Amino acid sequence: MKLELSKVVQGRCRLGQLKEIGRMGQHSLDIPGCLLYTHLGTVPHLTQDTLHTLSSLPTVTQVTLSNMLWDLKFVLIELLLWFCCFSLGLHDTVLYCSLHDSAAHRPTGHTTNKTVSVWGSGGRIELTVAKFMALQRMVQPDWYQAMADGETWQTGTSRKRVRKSVDRSLAHLDECLLVHQKSQELDGVSVFGVVEGGDILEERLCSARETAKRPVAGFCLDGFQTGAMDQALRSQLIAAVTEELPEDKPRLLQGVGRPDEVLACVEAGVDLFEGFFPFQATERGCALCFRFDVTPDPESAGRARLTGVVKIYLHCDDQTHMTRFEMDLKDKRHQDDFRPLVEGCGCYCCRNHQRAYVHHLLVTNELLAGVLLMMHNTSHYHSFFRAVREALANDKMDLLRRRVLGTLTE
Amino acid sequence: MSTVGGNMAAPITSETDGNIKENSMFLKKTLSAVPPLTLRIVAECPVTKARACDLTLPHSSVSTPVFMPVGTQGTLKGITADQLEGLGCQICLGNTYHLGMRPGPELIEKANGLHGFMNWRRNLLTDSGGFQMVSLVELSEVTEEGVKFKSPYDGKEILLSPEKSISIQNSLGSDIMMQLDDVVSSTVKGPRVEEAMHRSIRWLDRCIAANKHPDKQNLFAIIQGGLDAELRKACLDEMTKRDVPGFAIGGLSGGEEKDDFWRMVTLSTDHLPREKPRYLMGVGYAVDLVVCVALGCDMFDCVFPTRTARFGSALVPWGSLQVKQKQYAKDFQPIDPDCQCPTCKRHSRAYLHALFKSDTAAMHHITIHNIAYQLTLMRSVRQSIVEGRFPEFIRTFMKRMFPSPDQYPGWAVEALASVNVTLE
Repeated sequence: MKLELSKVVQGRCRLGQLKEIGRMGQHSLDIPGCLLYTHLGTVPHLTQDTLHTLSSLPTVTQVTLSNMLWDLKFVLIELLLWFCCFSLGLHDTVLYCSLHDSAAHRPTGHTTNKTVSVWGSGGRIELTVAKFMALQRMVQPDWYQAMADGETWQTGTSRKRVRKSVDRSLAHLDECLLVHQKSQELDGVSVFGVVEGGDILEERLCSARETAKRPVAGFCLDGFQTGAMDQALRSQLIAAVTEELPEDKPRLLQGVGRPDEVLACVEAGVDLFEGFFPFQATERGCALCFRFDVTPDPESAGRARLTGVVKIYLHCDDQTHMTRFEMDLKDKRHQDDFRPLVEGCGCYCCRNHQRAYVHHLLVTNELLAGVLLMMHNTSHYHSFFRAVREALANDKMDLLRRRVLGTLTE
Repeated sequence: MSTVGGNMAAPITSETDGNIKENSMFLKKTLSAVPPLTLRIVAECPVTKARACDLTLPHSSVSTPVFMPVGTQGTLKGITADQLEGLGCQICLGNTYHLGMRPGPELIEKANGLHGFMNWRRNLLTDSGGFQMVSLVELSEVTEEGVKFKSPYDGKEILLSPEKSISIQNSLGSDIMMQLDDVVSSTVKGPRVEEAMHRSIRWLDRCIAANKHPDKQNLFAIIQGGLDAELRKACLDEMTKRDVPGFAIGGLSGGEEKDDFWRMVTLSTDHLPREKPRYLMGVGYAVDLVVCVALGCDMFDCVFPTRTARFGSALVPWGSLQVKQKQYAKDFQPIDPDCQCPTCKRHSRAYLHALFKSDTAAMHHITIHNIAYQLTLMRSVRQSIVEGRFPEFIRTFMKRMFPSPDQYPGWAVEALASVNVTLE
């Protein structure tokens, strides 16, 4: 893959394109950008028909090993065949394989020097680098992250533990690369190194410098997930880390999806994000409704505010809490509201249905609620990323931030 | 071929301005004189009692025989209106009881009826709420007035009378409404069955009187009488005296012996008018559909295909396939290699098997397939009737469905024999 930057702001914040992605080098992705979050290659709740109501989906689909493993015996023997056929069901896309699902709960305490654990639907599966690489050779993604130990997000993680995560991750990376270079199946496949270091600056710098020495195509920034630390520290650490990373390689931030955090991290030097936030909102029965329009629009000046009471969550440790960027459609006030979820949104749900209907579907526990909300939330979120790129191009990041936070006065 | 229904006079054309306004008023009057239901019999099977018809309803036309998927609460579980339309569905069901409770008729009226609320452009049929009252809810009392029950949401006592049921259905704006009938389980015997039959007739009359939109909404009667031929015949005699646009055969498909079931179906179709549609309620298994078409039924509904989908059971011409079973974990064929549905065109059994462990979309894939299966089955049945080869179709169908002739269900063999179709 090749990173082409068209603009860099303050030496950190980048706008551009990731080109020649995929084994055949046939795809590209605009950055700052977002990956398409899936469960086993399926965008949650959606089948091909409902998925394709969304225009301009990201060209990179994320799958996670944790979704694929439910019993190790099955995995090791059968995955290859199965995956070939499964991928025929996917639209033409680049497949990125990560270790964990950022929207799923991940218990800690099972990592060792030689292993990490993932939680599949059957329970805990322990992976050595050998098993991890065997999986990658079977899955044959276009791009994957190296195996890493990122269990540093809990408050009070000791320095010693953080140092271990850095050292182990580097060791795993080296082993992965060795196997990668010997594997024909992985010819043309990109590997990302994973930068660890918890909330400790020195460890972060060490991890960044060391990982940068390895022949990787790009970098995952791990241990920064929402809830692990406040945004101020996150921005500071990411800025310091990206300083140590080569400019011409992309940076993917794991576990961060909230719009305000995304904006701050873009400004700190992040290029790519995982797209799990729309899914989390959907599972809460909420519709993303935060604004991201910054171009002067006479119509919007008179538009009623979308959110009534704005609750500010200062500590979002629990990712399942509703954020200020969405509306709770189970709320009774939407019972007889015949407007679309978001006025002017072009998604299938907003073109065809009203808040009252989605409210009804949620109250009656109907499966269609998830389908409609996922379509809307995915569309809204990816449109937000488009707005980020436009704002960067036109020097309007400050305006965009205020608009997203709802502090921009008309 | 025959056309029944109102006469449509040809509109008068004229060049002058003065006449145009007059003509459009005339057209309006003429159009409003068109009944909300017309049935055109396209073909009748010379061997069995089967018919293929074109049923014209306010929102679109429907080809019969037809299977109507059930979208209980204003949605087909997990499927968008567009997807349903894309599968070729021309009519589906909504539930008066459920929608009457939540979100309620007033809200749905505000939303431009159930069509507006769920954004469904084609036809809707609503049942009266009678069946749910009996099957779902703690029954307080059935009186001449109506059915009294306790609301599961706030414990308040509610009375569902014929007038109330029709009022809700008028608000829902469905193309076909069902009368409120006194529903009695088909396994009940004795005087209660007769009482319910007579009461259903009286309630039919009250429903007819209560219908505010006879020009837009078709009220169907429901023939009762349980498994008693005399009672059923009496009900048929009485109800067919009423000028309703269609008849349903009710009180069956509730756990009775299949031997009794088919006899009541065929007795009913023997005495229902030829030129009105016959709707057999609650029937949806493939074998039952094929046999009951042969016995003269046009319309069917059942929750089975969509409900069983959510458990991973895919319907196929040779029975069903439990996708969640281990044997399919490495099976890379589609559910049915001959099926043209979106699911079969794109996904393998192995993928769906795996997906069931990670995402709800797995259920949606099977739901789509099962609806496609049912609709395709009915389409094939219709085609074979139109082409005069329905008996042959039945034989091929049964051969595919059952491994050997000695596994053919006895009741089906008998029922088909009664309409001159002998299976091997």
